[in-house]
Amino acid sequence: MVEKTPDSKNDGGMPRRAGDAVTATHVKAWFVREVLPLEAMLMHFLQKNWRNKSDLEDFRQDVYEHVLAAAEVEIPERAKPFVFTTARNLLISRLRKENIVPIEIVADLDVLGIAADEPGPDRSLFARDLLRRLQAALDHLPPRCREAVILKRIEGLSQREIAQRMGISEKVVGNYVAEGMCVLADMVYGEQTISRSDA
Amino acid sequence: MSETEKMVPPKSRAGDIKSQAAAWLSRANAGDWSPEDQTRLDTWLAQSTAHRAAYWRLEAAWDEAERLRVLRAPLLRPDMAPDPRSFAQLKIAAVAMVIAMVGAVALFQTQAPTTLRYATGIGGRQVLNLSDGSKIELNTNTILRVGKIAGQRKVWLDKGEAFFQIKHDAAHPFTVMTGDHKITDLGTKFSVRQDGDRLKVTLVEGRARLDSTRAWSRKQSVDLSPGDVVVATTNSLSLLRKPEKALNEELGWRKGLLIFDHTTLAEAVAEMNRYNTQKLVIDDPLVSKLTVDGTFPIHAVPEFTEVAQAVFGLRVETRGDRTLISK
Repeated sequence: MVEKTPDSKNDGGMPRRAGDAVTATHVKAWFVREVLPLEAMLMHFLQKNWRNKSDLEDFRQDVYEHVLAAAEVEIPERAKPFVFTTARNLLISRLRKENIVPIEIVADLDVLGIAADEPGPDRSLFARDLLRRLQAALDHLPPRCREAVILKRIEGLSQREIAQRMGISEKVVGNYVAEGMCVLADMVYGEQTISRSDA
Repeated sequence: MSETEKMVPPKSRAGDIKSQAAAWLSRANAGDWSPEDQTRLDTWLAQSTAHRAAYWRLEAAWDEAERLRVLRAPLLRPDMAPDPRSFAQLKIAAVAMVIAMVGAVALFQTQAPTTLRYATGIGGRQVLNLSDGSKIELNTNTILRVGKIAGQRKVWLDKGEAFFQIKHDAAHPFTVMTGDHKITDLGTKFSVRQDGDRLKVTLVEGRARLDSTRAWSRKQSVDLSPGDVVVATTNSLSLLRKPEKALNEELGWRKGLLIFDHTTLAEAVAEMNRYNTQKLVIDDPLVSKLTVDGTFPIHAVPEFTEVAQAVFGLRVETRGDRTLISK
């Protein structure tokens, strides 16, 4: 398979201060290791505080952008409080814009135990449950898309082999794989239940 | 993608970026990726944190999906069109399986009388010093058989848990057989626990490999590094990494201790019960979710229930060989 490691090659292209110890590689590793496993909890939090479900993905993306922008200057010491404070602030500024008084959100952070100084068992729970979520993600894919993803990721066939085997063009294989990638990410990071980690 | 809209996101802005990121990632994995393509991707990534956030997220999930490979055989659904090649593979597999079965029967017949059986009862512990300098520690309620064929180092863990410290010998790998799996040691310290059809292998030092041995499945195998914990059942296999502290806690039994760290009462009780004939029973789902910290000698049932009473204010009632813990 072709190597694709943009992080290691384009450090120079990343917006960061000269002499800063934070490299894009660090930021990316931190983001993947510390922030993404919080996604299910984050989505749950956003969902509880925002009615319109079609906005949730935009909120998530906004949170990630703000968190990344900050991390590219200095990586926050504790990811969890940082992510949720960012989320809360984004919610509040949005609510202000729409003239709603945001009292409950502030309380809610405490309920989730996010302000508390605890790294939480999130990551080991996350790892333990990963295979199940991956399988669930596969189950969520439409049949043809699933077939393409399985042949690509699990069987390791080339694009051409998959195209021949499925009787479609390589471009369509690429589209199926792209679609599968989105669903995989949403299930792997978004679906983790929070009920177990806040017991 | 315009960056000016960042603060006031229109609907589905995120969905849009996600689609772009997915298209990039799919292309990068398609197999005809040139340095120019990489430069274009780098440029796109450098354009905004939005792009990086979306791309890194998809890429990380796609990397994680590699784990699905351990499930290769069961994942291939019957509704997927097989091609001639996989039929050919199946035929070869079938032949191999017959040979394997014949081999297994032959081995079994010659080996059955040539194993030595070691067993511990509930709460028992036993240390075996093997002639090659290796050491095996049996935990509570465990059955282990040691093969006696000269030049072959093989043991069967039929039930329970054991900790292995194996002298490395490249010419004679040390193998632990369990129900559905075999663990091949490459000079290591590791523990193996067999609980019904659930197998757990924890590698403390060195390297080892876990293979499934079910005749009907395609081969699954995982290489373990220090800190790796593999949990395998008949149909699944998952790998996670634990810090040294957690490993030591899990192996507390070697010193006669159970170490709990944010352990739910349900799990703690299950652990205590492995070592004691006086069984603890929780009859309230809320009680089982409480978490305990602390170190208990494996036989310290009275101390354990005392903590339940004093710290959690729970009621403890003993009836015969059962001790009920409730609110």
